[in-house]
Amino acid sequence: MKKLLSGNEALALGAYHAGISVAAAYPGTPSTEILESIAQFDDVYAEWSTNEKVAMEVGLGAAYAGVRVLVSLKQVGLNVASDPFMAASITGIDGGMVVVCADDPGAHSTQNEQDNRHYAKLAKVPMLEPGDSQEAYDLMACAFDISEEFDTPVLVRTTTRISHSKSLVEVNRDRKAPAGEPTFKHDLQKYVMLPGHARLRRPLMEERLVKLADYAETFPHNKVVWGDTHLGVVTSGVAYQYAREVFPKASFLKLGMTYPLPQNLLRQFADKVDRVIVVEELDPFLEENIRAMGIKVTGKEFIPRVGELNSGIVEEAGRRAGLVTEPSLSQETELPQGLPGRPPLLCPGCPHTGMFFVLNTVGQRDKLLDSSGKAQKESKLIITGDIGCYTLATYPPLRAMDTTACMGASIGQALGMEKAGVGTKVIAVIGDSTFLHSGITGVVDGVYNKAQITIVILDNSTTAMTGHQDHPGTGVSAQGKKTKAVELERLVRGIGVDDVKVVDAFDMKALRAAVRSSLDSPELSVIIVRGMCSVRLRTRSGPRTVDVDKCDDCGICLKIGCPAIQKLNEQVYIDATLCAGDACTICQQLCPKHAIGPLSSIGAEESK
Amino acid sequence: MNRQDLLMVGVGGQGIILASDILGEAALAAGYDVKKTDTLGMAQRGGSVVSHVRIANQVWSPLIKEGEVDILVAFEKLEAARWGYYLRPGGLAIVNNHAMPPLSVSLGTHQYPSDEEIDDILKRRTSRIYFADGTMRARELGDVRTLNMFMLGCVSPFVPIDVDIWKDCLSQRLPPNILQVNITAFDQGRKEASNVNLG
Repeated sequence: MKKLLSGNEALALGAYHAGISVAAAYPGTPSTEILESIAQFDDVYAEWSTNEKVAMEVGLGAAYAGVRVLVSLKQVGLNVASDPFMAASITGIDGGMVVVCADDPGAHSTQNEQDNRHYAKLAKVPMLEPGDSQEAYDLMACAFDISEEFDTPVLVRTTTRISHSKSLVEVNRDRKAPAGEPTFKHDLQKYVMLPGHARLRRPLMEERLVKLADYAETFPHNKVVWGDTHLGVVTSGVAYQYAREVFPKASFLKLGMTYPLPQNLLRQFADKVDRVIVVEELDPFLEENIRAMGIKVTGKEFIPRVGELNSGIVEEAGRRAGLVTEPSLSQETELPQGLPGRPPLLCPGCPHTGMFFVLNTVGQRDKLLDSSGKAQKESKLIITGDIGCYTLATYPPLRAMDTTACMGASIGQALGMEKAGVGTKVIAVIGDSTFLHSGITGVVDGVYNKAQITIVILDNSTTAMTGHQDHPGTGVSAQGKKTKAVELERLVRGIGVDDVKVVDAFDMKALRAAVRSSLDSPELSVIIVRGMCSVRLRTRSGPRTVDVDKCDDCGICLKIGCPAIQKLNEQVYIDATLCAGDACTICQQLCPKHAIGPLSSIGAEESK
Repeated sequence: MNRQDLLMVGVGGQGIILASDILGEAALAAGYDVKKTDTLGMAQRGGSVVSHVRIANQVWSPLIKEGEVDILVAFEKLEAARWGYYLRPGGLAIVNNHAMPPLSVSLGTHQYPSDEEIDDILKRRTSRIYFADGTMRARELGDVRTLNMFMLGCVSPFVPIDVDIWKDCLSQRLPPNILQVNITAFDQGRKEASNVNLG
């Protein structure tokens, strides 16, 4: 039976049917749904790990114990997990170990754009790349078999467009029974990487690559599709779909295994066609490796190496290369000018909004930038930021973030700025899940090195940005079971922070008092701002409304950036269907004219 | 059928992803090849949401090319204007007659386009434009969240899928306690769109 599955659902089902016993991950777009899908199976142990490094180590332990294990993460997650990933390559495994890495060409929801195919070459491990959901499902079975046959972790590299596209999948396998009882076979030379042992393992990695390259020659997912022999296209992943559409008559070598490459197959293909091009997203990974074999290919001469591809971009590239001659429909396209943008915003009732409004006003950030982006006035605060929904507070009107680099960086950056001697007070802002992921060591550093920074932990008790996954602070496991919660107050106090305040995220007076007190503090201080994510509110009551008779149009309520508060035709109104109501009331607390109240008490209909 | 490329656009929180999921499943049940992909941006709510649904005997790219969309389904007027250039010449635009001003409009730094401007932008591509009172109808039904099924109902007469298949797919994806009101919304959208003369 055919099912319409996303790439991530297909990867999860493929791994499940391949007989995994363990799965570990940290949420990260576009990889999150892989573990979420696996967590629904009762006969697999699935966990949200504290971060990707721990997930990889959990995976490695499970593989050493002889069971099949899946580790899934996003492109920057593999940076975090790169240390144990390299270790996995040199020790090898016992039970099959597959690492799914979901890259994000176009940086739809990532702080950078990077091509993680290079990690396969760096770590000297085989890499498979699915081109649709069917291949995502099919390749999972191959990946585990390859892992065990060649004693290596296998990298399965997907992208946003594969992970988050749905296409048809013929589900033609049942779950393979996990192999026997988990056992650890003691083998010091294989698993204890003392330098002397590592030197013994090192040549085995090279031998493994030679065997894998030989295997790649007949790997069934390295497929040739013969067409016209004027043009031969070597491609992989989603780029195959674009290329098939743009060059319908060409011959194709579609690579399901993109490291190591099948040299003979490539050479035979190149010999039979007049011209060979490589169509691939991001870096010229295939192109450079094929050219190094002495095969004449082109690709990045005309195909962009920055950003996500699509059929239109590949078609334009083909036109530049003289390979497409038909006129384009999109060339006639006239883009509409001057339409207001619609960037993502913090949600109505977001527990981060109040704190950012306080940081904005205390830091005098409202006048920080004029519309040309030039600084008009010095801010009284430097705010180092981190990765999460709250990064959106960078946008006007909140403008309450000065840096965002990578997970957990806010705390180290704040420390570095203070030690560098900037005269301005530095505040680090980080969410609860990100703090547990990689903020803790920064606090240890701050306590040890006597930092005078303030750390704001925005605790909404979930990993909101990626769609509300649990984490060690929530007390609930990935599979929905009650577990022990790590308490943030006790954690930071245990590290040695004495000035710890816990504040209600919707109490504007308390938030302001906490920030003022921390700014005056001569020592490292932590403010934990606690409030439930509004998207998880089960019931909403008391939507607010604006009493038009009392409103003097001062505009303060608009400065919190709440999407429910709108202004059209010179009148501020609150969209009752969006307002979080009694759970929030931030606008009501801020209104100097007391013009905002519950819809029922003011009795006015929604004014629009 | 040669192919049917649909672009569903609107604002996060309007239920576009569920609507495009159901469209994809209905097309699969009707025996077609289907690919569907969403571009969501970063946050859960408030940002632009775009969903590509491609239906044909064989689909390659999950993304539709600019200027090749057969049916644009816009849940919000400004988003209709923003994505109108994706329409093929003579394609069909189904637009929910509802404005959600983005923050820059509320803050006074940008103007929300007038109905005439939106109409003009769409007319650069097509004269087949249908403004539906989706949000109003959903409110009348007592649940504004039924907007997505109303819009799907508006799409349904223009896609070669039997009405029974649509209903099956709605029943499979919606919880029983809200199924009936959503089927009512779907039926109403289908009826209203069927009666419109779009040339």
